[in-house]
Amino acid sequence: MLEIYKLPGKTFLSSGLTKPKVAWALLMLMLTGQLALAQNQIAGSVKDDVDGSLIPGVTVLVKGTGNGTQTGMDGRFTLNGVSQESVLVFSFVGMLTKEVQVGNQTNLDVKLSSDSKVLQEVVVVGYGTQKRQDLTGAITSISSADFVKGNVVTPDQLIAGKLAGVQITSNGGAPGSGSRIRIRGGSSLSANNDPLIVVDGIPLDNSDIKGAANALSFINPNDIESFNVLKDASAAAIYGSRAANGVIIITTKKGNKKDKLRVNFGTLFSASTIAKKVNVLSSDEFKTAIGTYGTDAQKQLPGTSSTDWQDQIYRTAYSTGNNLSLTGALKSIPYRVSVEYTKQNGVLKTSDMSRTSGSLGLTPMLFKDHLKIDINVKASSTKSNFADEGAIGSAIGYDPTQPVHTENEKFGGYFQWLNPQGNIESQAPSNPLALLELKSNEAVLKRVIANVQFDYKFHFLPDLRANWNIGVDQSDTDGDEFSSPLVSASSFTNNGSTGYYTQSRKNFTNQFYLNYVKQVGIQSINVMAGVENQGFVRENENGTTYGNPDVPAIKSYFKTDYALLSYFGRVNYVLNDKYLATVTVRRDGSSRFAKQNRWGTFPSVALAWKINKEFARDDVFSDLKLRAGWGITGQQDLSTGDYPYLNAYTPGQGIKYQLGNTFVSVLRPNAYDPDIKWEQTASTNLGLDFGLSKARISGSIDFYLKKTTDLINEIDVAAGSNFSNKVTTNVGSLENKGVEVVLNYTPISTEFLTWDVSANFTYNKRKITALTKVNNPTYVGVLVESIDGGTGNYGQVHSTGFEPNAFFVYKQVYNENGTPVEGAFEDLNGDGVITELDRYRYQAAAPDYFLGFSSQVAYKKASIGFVMRSNVGNYAYNNVYSNRGTYQNLTGTGNYINNLSANVLETGFKARTDQSILSDYYVQNASFLRMDNINFGYNLDHLFKNKKIRAQLSLVAQNVFVISKYKGLDPEIATGIDKQVYPRPRTYSLGLNLNF
Amino acid sequence: MVYTGAALLALGSCKDLDTKPYVGEVSELVYQDPASYKQILAKLYAGLAVSGIKPKDDDVDLKNYDGGSQGYMRVYWYLQEFPTDEAIVGWGDPGLPDLHKMSWTASNQWSSAFYSRILYQATVANEFLRETTDEKLSARGISNSDDIKNFRAEARFIRALVYSHGIDLFGSIPLVTEADKVGSALPKQATRAELFSYLESELKALENELPDARTNEYGRADKAAAWMTLAKLYLNAEVYTGQAKYSEAAVYAKKVIDAGFVLSADYQHNFLADNDTSKEIIFPINFDGNETQTWGGTTTLIHASIGGTMNPTDFGVDGGWGGFRTTKELVALFSDKADKRALFYSSGQNLEIDNITTFTDGYAVTKWKNVKKDGKPGKNLTHTDTDFQLFRLADAHLMYAEAVVRGGAGDGALALTLVNALRTRAGAAKLTALTLDNLLAERGRELFWEGHRRTDLIRFGKFTTGYNWAWKGGVKAGKDVEAFRTLFPLAATDLVANPTLKQNQGY
Repeated sequence: MLEIYKLPGKTFLSSGLTKPKVAWALLMLMLTGQLALAQNQIAGSVKDDVDGSLIPGVTVLVKGTGNGTQTGMDGRFTLNGVSQESVLVFSFVGMLTKEVQVGNQTNLDVKLSSDSKVLQEVVVVGYGTQKRQDLTGAITSISSADFVKGNVVTPDQLIAGKLAGVQITSNGGAPGSGSRIRIRGGSSLSANNDPLIVVDGIPLDNSDIKGAANALSFINPNDIESFNVLKDASAAAIYGSRAANGVIIITTKKGNKKDKLRVNFGTLFSASTIAKKVNVLSSDEFKTAIGTYGTDAQKQLPGTSSTDWQDQIYRTAYSTGNNLSLTGALKSIPYRVSVEYTKQNGVLKTSDMSRTSGSLGLTPMLFKDHLKIDINVKASSTKSNFADEGAIGSAIGYDPTQPVHTENEKFGGYFQWLNPQGNIESQAPSNPLALLELKSNEAVLKRVIANVQFDYKFHFLPDLRANWNIGVDQSDTDGDEFSSPLVSASSFTNNGSTGYYTQSRKNFTNQFYLNYVKQVGIQSINVMAGVENQGFVRENENGTTYGNPDVPAIKSYFKTDYALLSYFGRVNYVLNDKYLATVTVRRDGSSRFAKQNRWGTFPSVALAWKINKEFARDDVFSDLKLRAGWGITGQQDLSTGDYPYLNAYTPGQGIKYQLGNTFVSVLRPNAYDPDIKWEQTASTNLGLDFGLSKARISGSIDFYLKKTTDLINEIDVAAGSNFSNKVTTNVGSLENKGVEVVLNYTPISTEFLTWDVSANFTYNKRKITALTKVNNPTYVGVLVESIDGGTGNYGQVHSTGFEPNAFFVYKQVYNENGTPVEGAFEDLNGDGVITELDRYRYQAAAPDYFLGFSSQVAYKKASIGFVMRSNVGNYAYNNVYSNRGTYQNLTGTGNYINNLSANVLETGFKARTDQSILSDYYVQNASFLRMDNINFGYNLDHLFKNKKIRAQLSLVAQNVFVISKYKGLDPEIATGIDKQVYPRPRTYSLGLNLNF
Repeated sequence: MVYTGAALLALGSCKDLDTKPYVGEVSELVYQDPASYKQILAKLYAGLAVSGIKPKDDDVDLKNYDGGSQGYMRVYWYLQEFPTDEAIVGWGDPGLPDLHKMSWTASNQWSSAFYSRILYQATVANEFLRETTDEKLSARGISNSDDIKNFRAEARFIRALVYSHGIDLFGSIPLVTEADKVGSALPKQATRAELFSYLESELKALENELPDARTNEYGRADKAAAWMTLAKLYLNAEVYTGQAKYSEAAVYAKKVIDAGFVLSADYQHNFLADNDTSKEIIFPINFDGNETQTWGGTTTLIHASIGGTMNPTDFGVDGGWGGFRTTKELVALFSDKADKRALFYSSGQNLEIDNITTFTDGYAVTKWKNVKKDGKPGKNLTHTDTDFQLFRLADAHLMYAEAVVRGGAGDGALALTLVNALRTRAGAAKLTALTLDNLLAERGRELFWEGHRRTDLIRFGKFTTGYNWAWKGGVKAGKDVEAFRTLFPLAATDLVANPTLKQNQGY
């Protein structure tokens, strides 16, 4: 797996802008193209260099002109207007482009060879592929050679920090943990902001999958060939309703019919440790604090031990990964088979994940290659042990003077706080180690994604293609939870518990499209039209039974579904290989809306101008393309159920009310909005791609503006008008604007030494422009993100005119030394008292800028590289400080004492009040620079006598260091609220990869 | 193949867009099933007890409020008790310390949650009333049995009950009836006087439509429940409308007194896990440790009152939450040491409250328990069985007495007898005469921690000024607060959602 390739240029793609001047120039060029008629005619054929088969559809172009044609069904072509000096350029998807000087020849027989690198020239767009150079939208691609290296267990981590405009924030350090992916900031507020993910043409469902920390973790990262990210509306609008937050298209590796058997075996061993611990009081500091602030009874509670509870719950975790893939052709049927086994242990004791996965890809070609069938099956079984992450908070707050174990066997030999009656104190935290060792939560997730794609090139009209893709995505989760009676007071009351949870998801996709491609002279047109139907069914069940027969079992069942039906079409037009236009339209129907609101139409237009072709400066600019695009995408992925428009009732489960001598089940009307409809985002993108051949610099810059209207939003409705205080409806608007810059540079490229660097930079600003139907300046907004400490506290707010997730806090007063004054806040509204009305909006969770920087140097057999990431302008609320940073937190309501964050030594705060917990003192600058990955590779080919064997050894360190002013454990927090998170480990991996 | 593809899409595998819920049912089908009616009524009653439709306040009715903290009874109790001399809480939940300090704002989550709860209950009742008209029932072929008639009357009663809380706590709030369809025009705000007239006419109508007193199932409203609500409305009429209605208050209190309810021999039986067997109860909110589990309700009341050196086992629960205590002013009402209603825990507790957050500052209260008369605990040690008496006979006694003392037509001697019946039960010496002062004190002694105090102090003119207690106004000695505090503010969020509303003065 850990092949270290030379970094080829990344592909950053886009589209063009039209102004009247450009249109005029375009007209002129059409004319000059016509005038360039010339001397001779040439004919010939184009063959595959391996099997000698004739290739239809190859583009033949006179270099530097718009004069060109395509080979016909028979693989032959005829072209007029060539001279002896003319150079013909033969290009075809999947083949190396070849240039031939005409000279004296009148008949040319050209052989094209395939090249895997050429694959990168083809970009998978929605419902088809396009040549990269012909793209008009903002599309970023990355292929396997450029993926993040090391112990990468889930696919999303392959591209972290690699792509401009794509922000990947891992949810923590748990094994197989997922990531929050945001493309250009996210265009929704309370509806889903995740991008649409499409695997081999099958759009996936965004909903959570039980038993998987990450919805993508079913894919073996080694099976992935490329990611293509559609960022602007003109690229994404073909996915219409589900594309408002961008689209990530994942293509898996395939066999090639010209391949002989190729075997790839990779093995990886890694060790992970925690990078940092939360700073808490030492046992001596703790004793001093209790001596000062405890009651007489509490002063008797400290013990004589000195326990670092964080050391007790964490460990050095070892992980292994092995994968084997075979690629080749069996009786001319290309195939790829892979198997994988990964076992990852978490740094938090008792957490681990193991995955066994297999994939099979078959791509038979029938009827003289007129019918291509693409069969993909990916199956995986993931077993996860989820540790009780409550142990992390418990370890931070647990009394350091107590031992881990005691001689009191009543509670399993673990030290526990006891009440005067000798039972576990009900409000006290549980022994952190007991939480890990006396509880279990194991889930097995089995998931299969399979699709069959028929691609038929019509016999009578080879320019026309029909493509039918049917796919299923099915998963079954089986989880079991167990809690020992000894772990907590409530568990003791219940005499332990046994729980289960199951989930079954069945999604299907059925899509069909026709594609017509025609080149007529200097014009080429590509038309696609199709229909797609998708259904999503989800069924959950869970239950808990208790060891105490008097405690009733709990059971809950849920099933839901939704469906989408869509019609879509696209026209690509290329004139003279200089002017490009793309128009798409999609009409989507969603079952989530009532009949009268069900359908939405989502159009887009994009134009591009290849400036370098215009001025024929190919020698200077390998690429210079201006792109402009506009489009509308839709959003229907509400987070609040699949039937938001229906007047329906939901039965209670496990709640009955006593009427007389019977307990009667309850039936509740659901809140609903019969008029709920599509949320829409209109986006505009302006971009420039450039490449300087000699300087070996390429890159792109994009400016974008996205305006979302009719936000699907859960808002307060007039009391008395619906069956809840909040209803999901369409209110408000949101704006994202930003800039993305990508630079790839190869400072050195010699036979022995190459050095590639690439950098990406994104600026994104998100602002809520309306939240209510009628603007009301007194409206505070929607409180979001609960914080620990005090029930019902929210740390952030969505308010009109501000960034979403702005921290909503009191303004701390500081003394002359810059130390915060306890309980003193600024009376911002000047009414003489400090109340909720004095809270203000201070900073926000999302970064203003995020950057990625990678470098890779290859010298002879060795290579070394790194990936760095940085966020700037993001803030985090340090909930560990605020919740555990006052002397009041030493003691609780009972016979126990708690340790504190060492922050208390700086502030000296005595009490935690409902106001002090919301002080802006706790909102800290969390900008950071993270060394994500340093990798070192060494080629061991020479160790093998068999020259076919390619061997590569790799050493990778991940999460090497973080530079940040942030005071908490880790500044990178997707929500901006830093509760006790599973720490991201530092990981060292050793890998070996063999190819033969 | 093209045809196959097209055909598949056109016919078989095409999933149509008219999906329907799997769990639950669309409204038309729900009302086709006669069994649904009582379940919807049960939801209306349960809406007074729990926050949602799954155990432990899961799948809650109101969004953005913690499940355990949004239940009707819990929040009603908070708003009626914390701004008074009866109760103080040490927790720092947002807005909670403001209740005793009497410094709440229109964004206070507790008053906002209760405001939403009132209108939520009314909206659900309205839907039920719309769907159970004679026309709708006959169109569905469902016989309009006495059962359904009673269900309708009870739904109307619950609506009247929550509006009686609305008029008391908020004054002027939106009035919605079955004429106001879901999602239509913005609900119109009714003045306090309009609400008074509406409640008076509704409750008088219900007086005829509800089952006779003590004939309905336990936990369901009967005529006596309507009489109690009406008696309270009249007793407070002077506060609500400026017009005294003490004679009417006496009439309806008397109807309750004459309806056959009996004072429980043991005062504390009314607050125990098996208080459903007390003959004193007129209308309870029902809880059950296994079937009606919540973190609110009496589960809060009992757990939160335990801390310090108190033994949770004595209260039939598995632990204390160390939150609620009382002030020395309530303790001082019990100068008669023989009075068995002085259910305080003082061991290790200081009478004086120096620090609100310290549980041992202030006496604890041992009135509510999850043990039965026989001393055995309720079914579940975490969630309590104890029902909450919204109305009990002793209150009718005191209301009658007060109405008469305030000049309402009635029997003065009977008034004294009724009050002394309560005192005798408690082992306290009889009173020889009734005054407003000793009636307020008697209400405190008899009904403390039952959700009456705020209304009482306001009616006696001692809520904002004229009487101070520990930490009133945020100072230890207590201080006067602004007069507008007699009403809670309408929820700030509703003023945005419904721009036609006018906020209470002062907020």
